[in-house]
Amino acid sequence: MITAGLNEYLIISAVLFCIGFLGVLVRRNTLVIFMCLELMLIAGTLALVAFSRFNGTMDGNVFVFFILTVAAAEVAVGLAIIVALFRKRHTVQVDEFNSLKH
Amino acid sequence: MGQILFTCFAAFTVVCAAGVVFNKNAVNAAMCLLLALVGVAGLFVQLDAYLLAFLLLLVYAGAVVALFLFIIMLLDVKGRHAVGFNKVAVFAGLAAFALLLTGLGTFVARGQLDTPHPSNVPAVGADLKDYAIQLFTTYLLPVQIMGFLLLAAMIGVIVLSKRWEGLDDIK
Repeated sequence: MITAGLNEYLIISAVLFCIGFLGVLVRRNTLVIFMCLELMLIAGTLALVAFSRFNGTMDGNVFVFFILTVAAAEVAVGLAIIVALFRKRHTVQVDEFNSLKH
Repeated sequence: MGQILFTCFAAFTVVCAAGVVFNKNAVNAAMCLLLALVGVAGLFVQLDAYLLAFLLLLVYAGAVVALFLFIIMLLDVKGRHAVGFNKVAVFAGLAAFALLLTGLGTFVARGQLDTPHPSNVPAVGADLKDYAIQLFTTYLLPVQIMGFLLLAAMIGVIVLSKRWEGLDDIK
């Protein structure tokens, strides 16, 4: 299939990354922050796949394969940590998690 | 045709990603994330990475978003904590966003990469056989390490979610 150029894909990837970054900084809910982190990860994979396609190599694609695996493990552990935190503090707002601050 | 599809999927992805950030309700944010992932999978298909698009839908849209929804329902985080956005954080976030966008604008303005037309490059990611050959020859060790990583993650999750009765120091 004839696609758009590499630059367009990289721009979309960068815009996605920016949106995820904004969400991580602005949002207060730990779960939503975690979702925005996933968004940033996906932006990275999009850039990898685009580079791989336009270079005619397999390495980027295989790397994305591994990134998907790691992301699945990361989500499982991260959500378990959030649940453990919620059990202890009864909130998921990052403003309330300030034990290390004081 | 490809250009139109690309524009549709790209706009869809960006709008849904913005929905993740600006939705007050966590469930709606998760749904927006799901749609954004579908958009990215469409972009993957246009890049001839069919397996990765399928895996993205299967692993992310299937498992990860379902896990997010499950945890949101489990913790029942309703609007009772509807604190508005922190002003300093919003300012810092917007400033960082503007900085990144400026970098992006610079890239668009003068950093045009000289790339070959995609029809001149073989679509190596389209064939399942290529993945199999790579994963079982060059990347055999990383595959095994991934297996151990998944095992470690599983054990970690079990340890984290277990209630440690009587062990007050790690509770």
